[in-house]
Amino acid sequence: MVLTDLALYSDRLYMAAVAVYVLAMVLHGVEYAAERASKQVLVGAGGPDVEVEEAPARPRSERYGRMAVSLTVLGVGLHLVSIVLRGLAAERWPLGNMYEFTSAITLAAMVTWIVMLRRTPSMRPVGMFVLFPVVVLLFLGGTVLYAPAQPVMPALQSYWLVIHVTTISIASGLLLVPGVASLLFLLRRSGKLPEFAAKLPSADVLDRLAYRVTIIGFPLYTFAVIAGAIWAEAAWGRFWGWDPKETVAFVAWVVYAAYLHARATAGWRAERAAWINVLGFAVMIFNLFFINMVVAGLHSYAGLPG
Amino acid sequence: MATQTPTRPHGSPDSRAPRARLAWVVLRNAWRSLTSMRTALILLFLLAVAALPGALLPQRSLNQTLVDSYFTQYPWLAPTLDRLGFFDVFASPWFAAIYLLLMISLVGCVLPRAWEHLKGLRQRPVAVPTNLARLPHHDEFTLDMDADEAATRIRTRLKGWRRTETATTFSAEKGYLREAGNLVFHLSLIGLLLGFAAGKLYGYEGQVIVQAGGGQFCNTGILGYDSFRAGLRVDGTNLDPFCVKVDSFTADYLANGQAQSFDAAIGYQTRADLDAGVTTWRPFPLAVNNPLRLDGSRVYLQGNGYAPRFTVTFPDGQKRTGQTQWNTVDPTTMLAQGTQKFARPGVTDEAQRKLTGLAITGIFAPTSSGGKVITSVFPDLRDPEVAVDVLRGDLGLDDGRGQSIFQVDQSKIDSGALKRVARVNLVPGQSTTLDDGTVVTFDGVQRWVNLQVSHDPGQDYVLAFAILLLLGLFSSLTIRRRRFWARLTPITGDDGVKRTVVEIGGLARTDRAGYGEEFDRLRADLAKKDD
Ligand code: HEM
Repeated sequence: MVLTDLALYSDRLYMAAVAVYVLAMVLHGVEYAAERASKQVLVGAGGPDVEVEEAPARPRSERYGRMAVSLTVLGVGLHLVSIVLRGLAAERWPLGNMYEFTSAITLAAMVTWIVMLRRTPSMRPVGMFVLFPVVVLLFLGGTVLYAPAQPVMPALQSYWLVIHVTTISIASGLLLVPGVASLLFLLRRSGKLPEFAAKLPSADVLDRLAYRVTIIGFPLYTFAVIAGAIWAEAAWGRFWGWDPKETVAFVAWVVYAAYLHARATAGWRAERAAWINVLGFAVMIFNLFFINMVVAGLHSYAGLPG
Repeated sequence: MATQTPTRPHGSPDSRAPRARLAWVVLRNAWRSLTSMRTALILLFLLAVAALPGALLPQRSLNQTLVDSYFTQYPWLAPTLDRLGFFDVFASPWFAAIYLLLMISLVGCVLPRAWEHLKGLRQRPVAVPTNLARLPHHDEFTLDMDADEAATRIRTRLKGWRRTETATTFSAEKGYLREAGNLVFHLSLIGLLLGFAAGKLYGYEGQVIVQAGGGQFCNTGILGYDSFRAGLRVDGTNLDPFCVKVDSFTADYLANGQAQSFDAAIGYQTRADLDAGVTTWRPFPLAVNNPLRLDGSRVYLQGNGYAPRFTVTFPDGQKRTGQTQWNTVDPTTMLAQGTQKFARPGVTDEAQRKLTGLAITGIFAPTSSGGKVITSVFPDLRDPEVAVDVLRGDLGLDDGRGQSIFQVDQSKIDSGALKRVARVNLVPGQSTTLDDGTVVTFDGVQRWVNLQVSHDPGQDYVLAFAILLLLGLFSSLTIRRRRFWARLTPITGDDGVKRTVVEIGGLARTDRAGYGEEFDRLRADLAKKDD
């Protein structure tokens, strides 16, 4: 049947996207290593021959970095088409189970990353660190969470599903990037692994990246939670019932509110705020995985196999 | 001003004044620290931490059964947790204490800010600092025009800014909506909480099972419901009256048994219809995600199941037919379990009644696996079959105790007052004959639906405040409050041409994430050569 063909193509494109992302991550790693080589010489030798050493090394890391970015863009293209085909194959909006959420969240994270990179090209060495969690999530999505293309149960057949789940996924993907940036910021400020961390953008740039993306992700997340409440009112008879999923969504929301407060509180602006931001993303991931898979609630129709 | 230390009148030997003053100082300091940003931050954390057990431990409000099994699993821990309110987190005093403190802190923080903001709206932008070079954004350039022309240029560029000027200086400020948005956001939080609280006080939620094929339900009192959760100020005497009749119910399933759609065709009569004595029913397609919304109440389709129908023909020829909903024990295959009870007609003597009661009890499979021991293999009605025991004796119906409609009184079986007289599997139309000649027929099956009636007078307010909150949040996070200054110094060069040295400075007031790009654009625009 045609639909099963579409589903098959979708799965293949998913795998292709993962492969391309992995390759991009490796190239970013090589870029990182190459850059280190140049700077080691710079630190170690000093004197006039520094320029001689540096000249060939820089373009090399530059070349790998550019290739990595091109591959990332290619991966995003494949990834997007995979999601579109999935929707066509299942004849519904392609956000009906955990495999599909994971796919959408990681796509949103990659798009966010590319947009940020266009704005601040000096951010490129961060690429490896953004790709890593994305690849891990995609791997889990394609294996543990994988579910075949199928229609969804009646409670999920609502345009509020489309609005709620789409915005939640985009917001979660957006918030992945600040989570990574804040972690790197903390690494940079802690003074640990100085050789390794020295290749990262400055702490200030990382901090600004985290803040800028969070202030887009947070209102979107707020909207998504409100849309979820509107949907719950139509589907379950109440707009808020402290279901485990709702509760942890509330916790994550409060943590991000705390992050924004910390940014405006003396003594909390730098490291503590960054920790809170990392915590916020940890709670989001906890909500996606632990609550769906371990704690049963009204939301637990995530379409897990078995 | 109240915050100033009061000075005692000279020479007054009042001994109470220092103590009153001390109390005042303590109070004032407590208020100040309660309304500080740091306290707000800590309270936010506490709120997040306090909510977590609500997700990780079973909650009474969601599932009493899970709480009970937690008690049997952790008998040493559960009673302590229970005493501390961990199975009712969102109704516990400590959770309430945290959010109430947070709300007080919020009011104490936001109202003075709102006042400041209003005052600030009437104030003029701050005068030009003496040393513009010390601002985070700063530049200086020379324009080939006199000071008047330069001033005109700056004025046109600063359209939309709030500004004041002297002959040679400009002060401008923009982004007041940021603060307004912040205030709207925080105040909406309070409104939202009040709406939520109103719903908890004046709302109710009730569930009732109604059989398809004409079953009716009227919202006239709590007793009509199978279960009812009333708000603190609801006593059940003032329900919004309306009636519902369930005409039919259809469910569609995929080949693998996954449900695809549930639809109930219902009719309803509103309060106005009932008052006017209207007897017709207004049709409505009730479905999951499509509740019936009446004035103030909503009706939801929440669940469904099967109600087998049995007819008993007694040896004297009298017939009785009964149909009771059976309880769905496996939602994926819709295997159901239940009981149908009959009292023998015409028997009034109590001792006789205790010998002649009949109960048909067992399981129902909508699509039977067949065989001697049946189970259900598919949720839809493809091959219905029941596997039942027929019991005769004392059903306990006269004992005056309430009975489950799904079960017979086990103690009657244990005591031998209720004996099994047959065990059979029946498909629709089949019957079995008991030892005394009584014939039990399985006629067929009807579907039932579980309706939920919800009433929440606060929810429209909650929605309105949620929208306000979102608008406030958006403007507060996207708008930047920034200041801009310019100082003009006219010079006349050796060539006699009038020029103006323009020194500009900028400062973003509220956050650190840049006003750089906008400032640079403004600068480029002002310094442009042509024009
Ligand atoms: C329910 C509790 C609260 C929540 C969920 C909350 C949430 C937020 C959020 C999300 C922001 C960032 C968006 C914005 O700037 O408008 C914010 C900012 C702010 N909040 Fe709160 N807030 C709460 C309570 C408080 C309290 C009690 C105070 C006062 C102590 C306060 C003072 C502020 C201030 C001053 C800002 C502005 C920070 C800035 O300028 O960047 N908030 N709040």
